[in-house]
Amino acid sequence: MAMHQNEQLNLAEMKTGQTGTVVGVLGGHGLIQRLDALGIRPGRKVTKISSTLFRGPVMLRVNNTQVAVGFGMARRIIVEADKYLPRTS
Amino acid sequence: MRILLVGNPNVGKSALFSRLTGTHIIASNYPGTTVEFTKGYLKLGDERAELIDVPGSYTLEPTSKAEEVAVDMLNEGDLIINVVDATNLERNLNLTLQLLERQTPVIVALNMWDDTRHRGISINVAKLEEILGVPVVPTAGITGQGIGELVRRLPEAKLSQNACTFSSSDERWAKVGDIVSQVQSLSHRHHRWYESLEDASSHRLGGIVIALLVLFATFWFVRFVGEGIINYVAGPLFDLLWTPLLMKLSLALGSGGFWHDVLIGKLIGGEIDYFQSFGLLSTGLYIPLAAVLPYIIAFYLVLGILEDIGYLPRLAVLMDTIMHRLGLHGYAIIPTILGFGCNVPGIMATRILESRKQRFIAATLISIGVPCAALQAMIIGLVGQQGLGYVAVVYGSLFISWVIIGLILNRIVKGFNPELLVEIPPYRLPPWRVIGEKLWLRVSGFIKEALPIVLGTVLVVNILYNLGAFDAIANVAAPVLTGLWGLPKETITALVIGFLRKDVAMGMLAPLALTAKQLVISSTVLAMFFPCVATFVILARELGVRDLFKAVVIMLTAALIIGSLQNLIL
Repeated sequence: MAMHQNEQLNLAEMKTGQTGTVVGVLGGHGLIQRLDALGIRPGRKVTKISSTLFRGPVMLRVNNTQVAVGFGMARRIIVEADKYLPRTS
Repeated sequence: MRILLVGNPNVGKSALFSRLTGTHIIASNYPGTTVEFTKGYLKLGDERAELIDVPGSYTLEPTSKAEEVAVDMLNEGDLIINVVDATNLERNLNLTLQLLERQTPVIVALNMWDDTRHRGISINVAKLEEILGVPVVPTAGITGQGIGELVRRLPEAKLSQNACTFSSSDERWAKVGDIVSQVQSLSHRHHRWYESLEDASSHRLGGIVIALLVLFATFWFVRFVGEGIINYVAGPLFDLLWTPLLMKLSLALGSGGFWHDVLIGKLIGGEIDYFQSFGLLSTGLYIPLAAVLPYIIAFYLVLGILEDIGYLPRLAVLMDTIMHRLGLHGYAIIPTILGFGCNVPGIMATRILESRKQRFIAATLISIGVPCAALQAMIIGLVGQQGLGYVAVVYGSLFISWVIIGLILNRIVKGFNPELLVEIPPYRLPPWRVIGEKLWLRVSGFIKEALPIVLGTVLVVNILYNLGAFDAIANVAAPVLTGLWGLPKETITALVIGFLRKDVAMGMLAPLALTAKQLVISSTVLAMFFPCVATFVILARELGVRDLFKAVVIMLTAALIIGSLQNLIL
């Protein structure tokens, strides 16, 4: 069923405005715990709001909260992106 | 009885605290203000209960020094008021469930209640109360709504019958999700005008434009307000009311002699010169009250507004890339900005940083490259007389040293530099009441703490002059001063006094008739070479004696090099 398999990528690679579901965090216990406390955890929907120039932090929305995540940390957050629905104008 | 106010950062905890106690405390819109906990008292019937504002924390498994403090404090309370952001129920309830597992009675304040409507959130409070098994009271810290009810229901706080211990964070989050789906329903949200600003300042270019505008507006405002108060209020008050009184006293004391010199100082051309006379009642009062206080008011007013509308975390995001080069991350910009008011709270706020390396670098950089408001006011006042270009040279030198020393420390200091992870709170309209209270607290704090030290310092200066002690020091220090920095050896008196108060030290440069270049060098060196005594004590407490020693060596070396370079280049 390869057709239904959604694309897996990290948060840094996501496009601005794209939404996806967190599938995992590649990191030690400390990182997982810090992200977990802010609600960034497997199964949770996140939307990338913006990125900053020169590999600066990535801003994302999780629930009602905006969170800024350092670039390196963003690369460790693996997301399954929702399918982009082509816009019909 | 001891009551603890516990909750996530940015949930209006401190504003609620101010409402509950009616006293003045610092409340801010970014995580980490409450690094030193605040205590107040609350009347409960006939009893007087102690209320403690615990530093904001997302979880009871601490990830920074500030969060460790929070968890430690939990063991010492008889009752917990858990402050929950109603617009962010899910994340907040995660902490609530952790609190309910403990053996302390809990009551929940569902704060930011006034914000839920325009966000299209409705919460079934009765249902939430039933599920949690502890009282839940909707409140709004900013307007005071629900505070009375919260106090009335405090005695109902209890251990929850429904609490369970979760074996994993997954299980707890599942329970949170379950609760939220039962009590909360969402409908259409109405955008407020400042929410478009939020989007703009998150935009990669828009954010930079806004940051530059904010920075420019801040400098302009501080100078405009500071100078305005000096020219139209403080200056005229001294000239019209105080000077005639002092002149009468001067005559009564016979226009000279020991007591005259200590109280009024030297007359310059038969007149009192508030920068040069150096008496307790002339310069000793003029420096803190007329030269420095206006800038303190202006600076803390702007800082309070920036804090409480929620701008600073956005600045942290923008600065992150640069700060990483200095061994820090973007969040270190907040202690740095606080340091521009006074280095002491700035260095204390470095506790919000995660690693020891970061705290060392941040604290050292603040004491070297960040002049406090009192020193800045005197730099602008004295060096500014020679032209604003010279002021720019001082600031430029400090900034360059700050960057270069940061780059070097990042390489040589062992340890790791964790990445930025910070909640960006929504913009909020400035809560003027909280801002006013905070401004009053900071300004009166300055007067209470600085005025006695300034007066004491002026007294010490007078005594040392009379004893001729400065001449001895001046001769010893002459090679460095004149050889490397090109300064007359008398400037050593100012540098030595800089250990007590840097604003007074700047004042001591006034009578020396320095050239513009010498003024630039001496004020740069004064800012960098050694912390004032208050900062010194805080550095020792926060870093430990070993790291304090290292930091001081870095400061002295840096001042030696920068001062010499300025002497060569300018």
